[in-house]
Formats: sequence, C-alpha cells, structure tokens
Amino acid sequence: MSAIEILGLEKTYMVGFWRKRPKSALRPLHLTIEEGEIFGFLGPNGAGKTTTLKMLMGLVFPTAGTARILGREWTDPEVKAQIGFLPEQPYFYDYLTAHELLDYYGQISGVPGKDRKRRVEEMLQRVGLTEVKGMQLRKFSKGMLQRVGIAQAILHNPKLVFFDEPMSGLDPLGRREVRDLIEQLKQEGRTVFFSTHILSDAEALCDRVAIIHKGELRGVGAVADLTSTVQGKVEVIWQGRQIPASMKVLGAECHVTGDTVRAILPENQQDTAIDALRRERIRLIAITPLRTSLEAYFVEKLQHSQTTVGKRS
Amino acid sequence: MSPRMLYIAFNTFREAVRDRVLYNLIAFALLLSGAAIFVGQISIHIERLVVVNLGLTAVSLFGIVIAIFIGIGLVSKEIEKRTLYTVLSRPVRRWEFIVGKFLGLAGTLIVNTFFMAIGVFGALLYVVHKFSAPDALILVALYFIILEFLIICSLALLFSSFSSPLLSAVFAFSLFVIGSFADDLRGFAALTHGATRWLATAAAYLVPNFSALNVISAVAHQQPLRSQLILQNTLYALFYTAMVLSAAVLIFERRNLK
Amino acid sequence: MTAAQRTTVIASACLAISTLACILLLRHIDEIRPQATVDDALFVNSPKMIRRASLGFDGMMACIYWTRTVQYFGERHFNRELTYNELAPLLEITTTLDPQLFPAYQFGASFLAPAPPNGAGEPDRAIELMKYGIQHNPNNWQLYYNLGFIYYTELKDYKKASEVFEQGVEVPGANPLLKVLAAKMAGHAGDRATARLLWSDTYETNHDSYVRQNAVEHLRAIQVDEDVTNLQSAVTRFGERTGRLPASMSELAAAEHLPRIAVDPDGRPYKLTPEGRIEVQNPDDFNFLTKGMPPGYKPPALPKFHDHTR
Repeated sequence: MSAIEILGLEKTYMVGFWRKRPKSALRPLHLTIEEGEIFGFLGPNGAGKTTTLKMLMGLVFPTAGTARILGREWTDPEVKAQIGFLPEQPYFYDYLTAHELLDYYGQISGVPGKDRKRRVEEMLQRVGLTEVKGMQLRKFSKGMLQRVGIAQAILHNPKLVFFDEPMSGLDPLGRREVRDLIEQLKQEGRTVFFSTHILSDAEALCDRVAIIHKGELRGVGAVADLTSTVQGKVEVIWQGRQIPASMKVLGAECHVTGDTVRAILPENQQDTAIDALRRERIRLIAITPLRTSLEAYFVEKLQHSQTTVGKRS
Repeated sequence: MSPRMLYIAFNTFREAVRDRVLYNLIAFALLLSGAAIFVGQISIHIERLVVVNLGLTAVSLFGIVIAIFIGIGLVSKEIEKRTLYTVLSRPVRRWEFIVGKFLGLAGTLIVNTFFMAIGVFGALLYVVHKFSAPDALILVALYFIILEFLIICSLALLFSSFSSPLLSAVFAFSLFVIGSFADDLRGFAALTHGATRWLATAAAYLVPNFSALNVISAVAHQQPLRSQLILQNTLYALFYTAMVLSAAVLIFERRNLK
Repeated sequence: MTAAQRTTVIASACLAISTLACILLLRHIDEIRPQATVDDALFVNSPKMIRRASLGFDGMMACIYWTRTVQYFGERHFNRELTYNELAPLLEITTTLDPQLFPAYQFGASFLAPAPPNGAGEPDRAIELMKYGIQHNPNNWQLYYNLGFIYYTELKDYKKASEVFEQGVEVPGANPLLKVLAAKMAGHAGDRATARLLWSDTYETNHDSYVRQNAVEHLRAIQVDEDVTNLQSAVTRFGERTGRLPASMSELAAAEHLPRIAVDPDGRPYKLTPEGRIEVQNPDDFNFLTKGMPPGYKPPALPKFHDHTR
C-alpha cells in the first residue's frame, strides 16, 4: 500500500476585487509516495508546496482531484490519527507550557490518559526540552519552538509525518538535529514527506524527490538516479601545486587550493590522468566520480520551464 | 459525542483565564459595584434601587464587552497565528472546534458572572443590611444576563469564523445595541407597508431579542416575573444560540485556511 | 455520504429548525409581554431621568418613544380598551426628549383631554402639555390653536378659549382662522358652524390618521345634529299647519318641499317615529351624537370605530 497517492489534486484561486480572475496555485498533480521512504518535495518559494500540503491536511479544499492517504480517502477523519504535521514557522498557544501543549494535543489526538503522560515525557526527552517543560511557550526561541513542533507531530505515534520547511530559520546545529531526527523516523519505519527549498538537505536525506515549480510537477525520481545522469566527470585531487602539462591538454579544469590541486576532467580521461600523475611522481589523493548535483538538476528543470514559457509567449 | 470538544472547551477557558485583560475588566466591574454603594448613599431612600440597577448593569455590560473582546479572536486569531493548523491536522472535526470554542467562552463568562454577582450581592447586603424574599429575583435577572451572554458569545464566534477581529467587534456590538431595541423594531416593522414590511419584519425577527432578557429595571423595583417568561426566554436563548452556531459551523466547514 | 456532507446536512437542518423555533418563541413572548415597550414608562416615568439615560441621543429616543406612544394608543384603541393611563407619561417623555416633536402635541390635544373611551380623560395634563409646548416653541401658532381647542371642546370654557386664540393671533405667520375663532368664541361659541370650522380645520391640517379619524367622527355628528334639527323643525311646521303628525318621511318631504328624502352621512334615511321624533337609523354607527337618538339610548360601552377618512 502506498503511503500517499495524490490523484490529480488541483487548486485555482479567484483573485481580484471586482472582476475575479483565476490564478492557478497548483496544476493537477499526480504523485505517489511509498511507505517507509523519506520523500522530498522541492521547489522555490511560491511553487505550490505548501498548498499541496494544506490540501492533504484538509485545511484547503482542492478545486479538483482526490488523494488517498494510507489507503483511505484523504478527507476521512480517521486518517488524521495516523498522520503528524509540522507547519512552516510554527506558532503555538503561547500561554501554555510545553508540557501542557503536548498534553492538549495528545488529548485531541485521542491518546488515552496514562499513555499520554508517558508519551509526553518521552517526546520532551527526545527533542531535548525536558528542562523547560514548565516554561510558557511565549518565552521559547525559534529553535525550541521547532523542536516542540516536531514533538507534537510524532506524539501520537503516526505512521506518516508531514514537515513543511522543517529546517527554515535554524542554525547549523539545529539543522543537524532535525536531519538526525528525520533519519531516526525512517529507521522506526515511518514515512516522512517534507517540503523544502534547501537542496543540500534533500540530497542528504531523501530517497526520492519531486520538483515542483509554478504549480507544476517538473520531475520525480530517486536522488541517485536524478543526479547520475549525464556528463560523467571525475574529480582528481593531488598533492602539491604542480599541474602537469598533459593535464592541460586533456582539458582539465584545475584549481589550486593551499597545498592541493583539484582538477575536473571527463570520465574517459581518467586513466590518462592517473598515468600522467604517476609519471610526474605526483601523489594522488583522491579520485571521485562527479555526479550532477541536485542543484544543477534542479536549476536545469527550472530553466527548461522558463524557456518553454518563453516559447509560449 | 467525543471528549475532544470538551478538551477544546477547557483549553479555551484556560486561555481566557490566563489573559490579563480579563482581570482588568473584572476589577473594573467590581469597582463599579462598590461605587454603587456611594451613589446610593447620596440618593436617599433609593440605595437599594441604585445598587441593584447599577450593579446588574455593570455585570451585563462588562460581560458583553468581555464576550465580544475574547469572542472575536477565537477563530480569527487562531487562523492568523496559524495555531489552527496543528489542531485541524488531528482527528478533530471542524464543527467540534467551533462548538468547543463556544463552550469554553460561555464557561468563562458564567464563572465571571458568578464572581461579579458576589460583588453585587455584597454591595446590596451593605446597603440594606439583610436580604428579603424579592431579592431572589436578582438571581433571575442574573440568569437572564447569562442567557444574553450565550447569545453574544455565539454571535462573536460566528463573525470570528469569517471576518477580521475589528469588523467582528463592530457587528457583534451593533447587534447587541439593536437587539436591546428589538421590541421597538418589531413595532416599526408593523407600521411599514409592502416590500419594506417584509424586509423590516425579517430583520426584526432575526435580531437577538435582548429586550425580553433585560429585566434589570423590573427586578430593581421588585416586580415579580412570570415563570412562563423564564421558560420561554430560556428556550429562545438556546434555540437562537443553536441557530447562530449552526451558521458558524456551515461557514467554517467551507473555509479555505490560507 | 462523507463526514463533511453529513455535517453540512445536520448543521443546515439545525439552522432551519432553530430559526423557526426562535420566530415562534418570539411571537409567544410578545404575547406574554403586551405593551412591553411601554413597561419602561411604568418604572422610569420621570422624563428627566430618561433624558439623562439617553446619553445625548435624545432625538432618536424621542422618535422611539413617539412610535411607542402611537402603538400604545393604537393597540388599546383596537382592543376597545377603556383607559389610556400611560398616554400622558409617554407624551410627556416624548416632548421632554424633543420639545419640537409637534405631532406629539397634536396627539395630546386630540386624545389626552376627551373622556374615556375616546381619550385618556386628562384635560389638565393636556393643557400642561400644550403650555410646555408653547413655552419651548413660542413661534408656533398651532400650539395656541391646540390649547384653545381643548378649552373649547372638552372644558367648554369659551372665555378661556377666546383668550388663547387671541394670543395665537399675535404669533407672526398665524393662520387667520385664529382671529375668526377668537371672534366666534365671544358670541357664537355654541354654534354648530364654529364647531364645524374647528373640526374641518383639524382634519385638513393634520397628517395623523387617528386625529383625522377623530375629526371626521365629530363632523359626522355635527351633520346629524344639523339634519335632525332641520327635520324636527319641518315636523313641527307640518304639525302647526295640518294639526297632525306626518304619516311618513315621504309625506313630510313632499309637504315641506324638501329636496329629497333626507339621509344620514352613511346614506341611510332618517326615521320618523310614530311620536313624531326624527331619529337616526343606526345610532351605534356614530360617535359624539347629541341629537337623533331614541329616548333612553345609551351609547355602547365599546364604541365602534370606522375609518371614514376619504
């Protein structure tokens, strides 16, 4: 059973004061997310990521299309017991303490009494907020709020978790923590669907990604597949500051940094390069096949749409 | 009926209690009850009249202010601050959310009225030195005031579910003022003709009938109240509240939360 | 049906049922509390208190109280009530809030002074009201007219009426009618013509339907008075000439060369009784009759009110 099946979800808003014109926030989207995977939903700001998430949460009503979550219709209230949601830049009832907030969420998620007490303590511990559990949320920093957000999202032991820009506004340490947590969730057998515009995070974490731009899906696939296409190049690193003449002949791009040289050349020239270095008795440090970074793939997909748009107009 | 609604109600109550503005308003109202004692002393032989009139009016007006003040933000604040998203992504039905919020606000006002009533009875005891049987009517007046609060709470919640806090406050307060003259409005409507008559009558019947619920003058003069009136008013308040909450639910169910 | 659809259906049903219940309950509550808007007058009949409580919105409150007054009167009128105890307080409150609300004075003049069931039977308060109005509106000749009216119709104090009309004449822009009335009071106060003049003018210059209706009733009575007087003289003349009573109205009409069979303002022919009295066919259809009634006739306790305003 797929975790999420998005079947043609579409959203068009009517904008304007007097004469309302349609504005498309999301073109009909078809996407499937499998159980147990970490799925990244990528796109620039305003691409339609949050709209999609809100529709799946039942906060916004689609103009057309349906979806199935964990085998049920997405409007089925019982589905909500199995999913967790962390919205972008979350804000919680600031007059409550972390403990009270989690307890409240537990109550309305239907977690029974004794269980709830235990779970709340567990969650607080897991996200590292046990010391401040009695402090009112209005005093929390951004990072602390994000941690509370994650705690409330997984409190009721959901099988599927939705995060909207979970790393936004966090310092490197915070981001590392969130990344580790997402990994842990996967280890626990949960499915994670998160949207972001930070590609390095997606690259590091996700099994599969989808790229969305201006409401349209541009590409879907496993990260490894997407980035292994095209232009096999290798990166060769060697010690010293010397660049053999033969390298230049091969058309390598070389950068000298400190006491090492970094050169990029086509894959098929790999052996020739190694021989050249050996002849000159230069110490080889590393050879790494270069994959197209997700960023490049991403930019390419976006540019492609720009040109298509350009052609149309 | 799941307990979710009650959890939401309790949380709403908790929010109101932790809101400092509430305490300021209550303190002010109690002050007014105390002031009634002094005003009563200047107007000889009508101390009781002044205390009851002023005291009950303070309870009523301040309650309305609190109801509107808190009520208008109940839904719109949650949408603006986006606290609503994490609530609705849980197995909470939208209608449970609305009804739960209403129960929380109504509960806040009832508790509030209880404390203010103690102030009124305290002031009354001070000026008349002992209670007499007709003073029980004050309890009826307070009961009617609570019925008024139920109606106002539901109206504030209705407007909050689709309108900004400022507009909600204006609408709710306007309806309170108009509702206080509901009897006259029905009278006006009867004097018009044709299409105006239909519109005026419809408006006159839809406006909340606060004039029947305002028995402060009668109680101050120790006039008895018919038990049938008490029953009818109770039913009216309950049905009116149900009507407004149904409308709020219908609106909120359809709202896109951007 | 999805959960959302179910909620919509239930909420819509709830909305419809509760709206209906509210409307029905409201109607019921109105029945239990008749004259509810007037209850205030029972407790706070100090106009000054009400003025203070209006927080400066005197004008609007005056309008509200004026409407309540009209409704109060109308409802009791309709229900054939015999007392109008709250009329005076209501009018006093209205005019305290807005001393320039002229229809209130007119209403007071027409309905405060006459005895029940045609009015509240409080001519003194009516006079006080007019004097209050004159005090606050010295340039309004109509108020003098109203005051004189009360002295003339209810108190039958023709001297005072004349004085008041004279005072009214002094007001710039006064209707010349006042001068005529002042003069008539002197010698012809009891004249039918004077009364007719007064009531016709009341009818012509007023917009309030109750006041006009009342004026018409008086004019009708005056007409009957005139007809009966004339017909009765004709009977007497007939008797003097022939030594007997006429056998029928037609014989009388023929003998005395009356233009046609006399009919009352409702179009019904006058009766000639065997005793030679001229009578109206249905005395109950008229108010304020002074002639043409059968002997021992008592006007009904609950008079009939018809709208004869054409």
